[in-house]
Amino acid sequence: MSVATIAGHQLHVDGEGFLTEYDEWDEALADELAARIGITLTDRHRAAIRFLRNDFPARGETATLRRVAVVGGIPVKELFELFGAKPAKKMAYIAGLPKPRGCV
Amino acid sequence: MSTVDTQEAPVPDFGGAAPGRSLAIICSKGNLDMAYPGLVLANAALGEGVPTQMFFTFWGFDLITKSRMRDLKFTMLGNTATHLPQGLGGLPGMTALATHRMRQQIAEIGVPDVPEFLDQIVDSGGHLWACRMSADMMHVDENDLYEPVEGIISAADFIEKTDGAQLLFI
Repeated sequence: MSVATIAGHQLHVDGEGFLTEYDEWDEALADELAARIGITLTDRHRAAIRFLRNDFPARGETATLRRVAVVGGIPVKELFELFGAKPAKKMAYIAGLPKPRGCV
Repeated sequence: MSTVDTQEAPVPDFGGAAPGRSLAIICSKGNLDMAYPGLVLANAALGEGVPTQMFFTFWGFDLITKSRMRDLKFTMLGNTATHLPQGLGGLPGMTALATHRMRQQIAEIGVPDVPEFLDQIVDSGGHLWACRMSADMMHVDENDLYEPVEGIISAADFIEKTDGAQLLFI
């Protein structure tokens, strides 16, 4: 873990660039993170990101695509449309959370 | 201790899978426990941006046959990994009990049953194919199959469709 800059902010990140401190994230940073991977956030993107953020503290792990679909109510098909290939990892990155570790 | 570094943070590499990488999974088993490895791996591959085609053949046909796909069973018989005496598996009701227990365990970890799992795979862009020879053997046609199955095709057709793919036989 190291401190590095993203859009002028100093933030804790892991070797790949995922944020490691839950509280260092805010909605404005989400736009910056999304832009870095070529995504412009819409309200639907934000709904998915918000679900991930709200789900994380109690569970201590990032929701899988299936959990976002079943519990968060955003269909898997839509998540692929919104985020393209590797949607679970991209959502986690934009939400400032670790990569999901679940298999399904 | 974190090190202070004012460098620009790295951007994770989300560029899809390796160019040209794709996966072909042949599902030949109809037991509940043997349905899952193919489904889990197909789902994982699709989530990583790897185009995936599944071919259901022989007993694997049960996974995509409407009248059977909700009723796959797990038996202890011939499976030493249960670490229970083999004779137990042959007692009346043991297959039903073992199946019930396995379904519970699968549901407890948030993994869907077979039809719902196939829905998720299709929604993630996966392709499902049924084996022509199995359909002929079991006297079933498209109407008997789970709807998102794209067609009943020969083994040769599947090999053609998966040219260059990595292959998994289950």
